[in-house]
Formats: sequence, C-alpha cells, structure tokens
Amino acid sequence: MSISRREPRLFPHRHLLGIEGLTPEDILQLLDMAEEAVEVSRQVEKKKATLRGRTQINLFFEASTRTQASFELAGKRLGADVMNMSVASSSIKKGETLIDTAMTLNAMRPDLIVVRHHAAGAVGLLARKVDCSVINAGDGAHEHPTQALLDALTIRRAKGRIRGLVVAICGDILHSRVARSNLILLNALGAEVRVIGPTNLLPRGIENMGARVYTNMREGLKDADIVMMLRLQRERMNGSFVPSVKEYFHYFGLDREKLSAAKPDALVMHPGPMNRGVEIASDIADGAQSLIREQVEMGVAVRMAVLEALSRHLSNAEGR
Amino acid sequence: MMSASRPTLIINARLIDPETGREEAGALAVENGVIREMGHAIDASLPPDGALVIDARGRALSPGLVDLRAFVGEPRAEHRESLASASRAAAAGGVTTVVCMPDTNPPIDDPAVVDYIIRRARDTAGVRLIPSAALTKGLHGKEMTEFGLLGEAGAVFFTDGARSVSNAQVMRRALTYARDFDALIVHHVEEPSLSSDGVMNEGELASRLGLPGIPKAAETIMLERDLALVRLTGARYHAAMISCAESIAIIARAKDEGLPVTCGVSINNLALNENDIGSYRTFLKLSPPLRAEEDRRSMIEGVASGIIDVIVSDHNPQDVEAKRQPFIECADGAIGLETMLPVALRLVHNGDLSLTTLIRSLATRPADLLNMKQGRLKKGAPADLILFDPDEPFVLDPDTLHSRCKNTPFDGARLQGRVHMAMVAGRIVQES
Repeated sequence: MSISRREPRLFPHRHLLGIEGLTPEDILQLLDMAEEAVEVSRQVEKKKATLRGRTQINLFFEASTRTQASFELAGKRLGADVMNMSVASSSIKKGETLIDTAMTLNAMRPDLIVVRHHAAGAVGLLARKVDCSVINAGDGAHEHPTQALLDALTIRRAKGRIRGLVVAICGDILHSRVARSNLILLNALGAEVRVIGPTNLLPRGIENMGARVYTNMREGLKDADIVMMLRLQRERMNGSFVPSVKEYFHYFGLDREKLSAAKPDALVMHPGPMNRGVEIASDIADGAQSLIREQVEMGVAVRMAVLEALSRHLSNAEGR
Repeated sequence: MMSASRPTLIINARLIDPETGREEAGALAVENGVIREMGHAIDASLPPDGALVIDARGRALSPGLVDLRAFVGEPRAEHRESLASASRAAAAGGVTTVVCMPDTNPPIDDPAVVDYIIRRARDTAGVRLIPSAALTKGLHGKEMTEFGLLGEAGAVFFTDGARSVSNAQVMRRALTYARDFDALIVHHVEEPSLSSDGVMNEGELASRLGLPGIPKAAETIMLERDLALVRLTGARYHAAMISCAESIAIIARAKDEGLPVTCGVSINNLALNENDIGSYRTFLKLSPPLRAEEDRRSMIEGVASGIIDVIVSDHNPQDVEAKRQPFIECADGAIGLETMLPVALRLVHNGDLSLTTLIRSLATRPADLLNMKQGRLKKGAPADLILFDPDEPFVLDPDTLHSRCKNTPFDGARLQGRVHMAMVAGRIVQES
C-alpha cells in the first residue's frame, strides 16, 4: 500500500541526481509525500511494506554518519533490505574504478542505490552504468538534493510557506553542495535567496544563479526569515581561505548579536555536523529559534518520500 | 622512407598555396622527393617516363599539415600511442610532420632518447615524427637540459610539454642559454599555483557543476612573465597554446614591440567552448581548459589576423581507464591528429577563415618555426603534400580512428573534409 492519500502521481524521474531538472511540481510532490512520512515516523508502528522485498544499497565513498543513518532508517521503515557499503571496506581502496564498482553492485540486482562521492558528477556517472534507481546523497561540491528537500520541508512546516520568504545561506558557499541544491530549490519555490560569506568562499558567478550576494553578515541578515548556516571545514580556516577561526567567527559566526539583524521570528538552520564556536554559537544552535533538530527528523521523512517516489519506477512496482 | 620515390604528376588539382595565398586549378609534378614544378601551365599530357599520374578530380592539393604538439606514448606507454599508430592517425588526418612532446618515460631529456625516437620513427612511421626535447631535466622545472647536444641529435625545440616552469630564475637562465644556440623555447603557459586545483574554466558554469575553476589569469600571468623574460634575454619564444582573449592582446603587444615571440592555439579551443562539457564529459577536460564562447571567437580572430601563428592538434591519447572517471579525477587531453583538419574546416565552411589562411596556420607557419621548407607549394620544397576534399561530409565514428585511444571530443560529430592522399617526401603514405 502507498503512504500517499491521494491518487499517486507518477514521479517523472528514475533517479534523483539533483534538484536541477526538477519542476516545482516534482518538488512539491516529494514534500507532500514527506509530510505523510512524518506521520508514519511518529507512530509506534513505523514500518510500511512499500519497499518489501526491495534491496537498497547505501554506497558511501565519503564518510557520513547522519546522512547514511537517515537513508538506512528511511529504507527500513519502508520495508526494504538495506545494505551499507562504505569506502573503508570497499575495493575502491584496492584500485577498482567507480564504474567497476557500479557494475559489480549492479550485477547483484539492487533496486535502489544511494551514493555519496567526493567528486562532482560521480553519482550521475554511476547512474548511467546501472539498471536501478540512483539517489545522490552528495557529490563533491555539486548537489545534495535530499538535504535541500528536507530543508524545504522544515521551512514549510515552520513557516507555512516558502514563497516570499527571505532565506540567507551563510558561510562556505564555494565548497557546499548543500548551498547549490538549496539555491536551486528555494528559487524554484519562490523564496528570495541571499548568500553571505567572504568572497574567498563564494563561487564565481553565484550572482547569476539566483542569489543576492553579501559579504557583511548584518547587512545580509537584515529582515531574513530563515538563516541557514553552513559548515566550514577546519583545513580551510588556517589561512588558506580565511585567516583564522577567530576572525571567521568574529565576522561570519552566527551569534545573538548578528542574529538580531534578522526578523524577530527568524529561524536558524544548519545541515550538520556543526562546528560550535566556528560558524554558530552554542546558545543559538540550542536556542528557541533553532530548527536544527527538526531538520534531522525531516531528513528521514524526505528520504522515505524519495525512496517511495522512485520505487514506482521499479519493475513490477504498483502504479506502473 | 629513404628509398627514392617515383616521379609523380598530380593533375586536375585545386592547388592551395598558403604562402602566396594563391588558389588555382592546375597540376603539380614531384621528382626525387621534391616539388619540381606546379601551376596551370604544366603540360599534363606528357608525364615523364615511369611517372605515376594521379587524377585529383578537382580536389584540393595543399602542403601537408605540420603539427607542433602531439603526445605519443613511445617509449613506455605504447598502449596509449606508439610512433607507428600516431603516424597512421596523422597520415589519415593529413598531418605529414608531427612534433612529439617529451613527456615519455624516460622523458626526452637526453640525446640518446632523441636518437632513439628518430630511429624508431624512421623504422616504423610513414610521416615525419620528430622529437622535441625537455626544457628541464626530467621535466621537473629545476635544471635546464643540454640544448646544444639535444639540438644536434635532432630535437627541434625545447618544452616541458604539458607542464609549466614555475621558477622564473630557471626560465630566465634557460632562455638566456637557448639564445646562444638560437634554440626555440616552447612553453605551456599556466601558472601552476593558480591552475593546479582547477579542472575547467572558472566561471558560472564551473560553479553550477561544483567544479573548481582555472582563472584566465593563470594563463596571462605566466604569459606576461615569460614575455618580460624574453625582453630581458632576446630568446626565441613560442607560447604553446593560448585560450583567452586577454592573451591575444598580450601577444599582439609583444609582436608590435618586435619581440621574437609566436604563439599557438589548440584546435579544441577554436572549435569548442566550456558549454560543450555539458554533463561532465571527460573527453572535454583539457589543458588549457575550454573557455567561454567569446574567447573562442577571439581565438578565431587571432588566427585570421595572424596574431596566433599556428594551430595544433594537442593530440593526447588517454585510455579508457584514465577517462572513465569522475571529471575532477580523470586525465586531461583529447586525441586530435586525425580530426584536426575536418574540425578546422568548419571555420572555413562557416566563413570565419579562408582556406589559405587556415592552411597557413596549419602548415606554413609551423614549418617556419621549425626552419623547415615544407608548408608551401614551391619549386624545390620537399613534396610533403595532401590531397583532400574540403566538402565531403561524414559522421565521425571513433572506432574508425587509427589512434590507439578513442578519446575524441567529436564523437558522432558531423564533419566535412576528407583526406584522400598524403605524401611525404614524394612517397604516398596514405591513400583512400
């Protein structure tokens, strides 16, 4: 049985490789399905039979705790058999190429493969070599579509809408796939998107991608409804991109003083894992305006929705 | 290749002489490996005794192309390309002289390796495959090589291939020393500290793809540095390949100043732009990277105006394993020997360049840089010639290419221009 109440619209994609290429209707369909998955996840009996008999492989070339756990739980709640493969135990270390790995796994006849890889485009490359559905769980600095979907779901539930909201994405935009996917999604659903960071951490041409650019936190946060913080990796704050943690936090770390520039009811998000005291002060992360824990919950729901939407394309699936 | 060739008379040809800019219907006679005479006045009814007569049926007869930049895997990486397979690819593409890059294993940084390449090419190749030699020992960018002895052994110029010499002092001394031998220094102009993290042109497209970019400044900074050193030393200098409009302006200024400076452009930067990368097409990962369309247009104008002297294939065979990788991790390079002419002819067909201008930058000017007499239809010049139909259409099937690697960006492309005969020193090396 389906977790969707309405007559299910067939999701028009076999893979989820990015937000790029999805229509607003596609996005809203996934968000609506995810709303229902939230209800399922809050019941005592959390298990559905939608993916019973299906095999889901989580193939992670890059270490991840929360995303992998979230996909695993999502698959299990839908009744799939879930297998986790991480780089440490895979043959990539023995020199096998990405494509060989893809073809080897493909021969085991999985129904869904969830992939995270450190190179942009790698998940799309893998998707062209396999017969099953592929979900991008993050490819380099390119896209992380389920993160953007879970962020959108979190925002919509908290604010009741997305259209017209001012969303400020702050920090290391340059290296962030989360920022790219969010930028595309939030634009598609009619939000006003700003990016805030030192120019060294902003991609060239970002102003043509639907974002207003700020290098001053207070100016960028003015009247913002949502403040989305990004993680800054340690190796990038020792003088290579920014001079020091101290200076970065001083100008771009989210503390109460800077947050006061945003709307009084502004909400704060972070995709995790957080560097407390680097990009976000602890009292903000744990405070009343923080949506960070809701994001994690919505993560499972969104991934359930994505798995279910794609599963309708699987052979012998209902709805086909 | 040493055997004496038969006298040959090519009749009913459209003679293309880039040196004089003349195009005329006529015949051309070859004897003892050189052009004996040509023109509309040749008496085609009386070929010399025993002569081979070729009816060109109105096709273009031009000097064979001279390609200053091809990577060949011999020695050590013959699975990528041997001298023999490179020669077959070149002949099929109308390239009769190919300069091999020195980044073999061992690199061509020792006169014995130069000698080896020359002998192997003599024994296995139909076209002229001639070695360049490394500019620095081991291509490490630290100590200059033996320009004198390498040159005597037959190396035609000095270059570190796809690498740039980042140390200005090393470059200055190499240029100074090269001047004493009148040696030509050819340099890949890319400041490594700005380019080494990048995999494509820096800009909005790279940002959308989440790929690190290579700014144009990586090229212009290195080019400006080199030109300052040329001003200081007076050495003959050739920028291997430029890719952006800004570099054209820099080269133009240096030429106005009278510096002994020339430059080249890759056929890929004339035919393609960054948008062709599309969804991470690894065959289009190149160095220098494909730039924006405006840059491509300015490269074409540069060829038309002569600021850009030569077009090169930048032939760089990469096996499947090196290219079937995520874009960020795969090797640079595309093959080009066999497709350079038909791809370049697009510029003629759409009115950007005249055929003689094109052949000048593909044959005459590169031959000049090598101090070779080829590259023109001239009495007494070596009979390195090609017969081609500039209009004949075809769809490129990579499986038909002679190169051992099939990493062509023009897979499935509709092209025009087929080489029907290639001749080196009066000897036919390719016919179809």
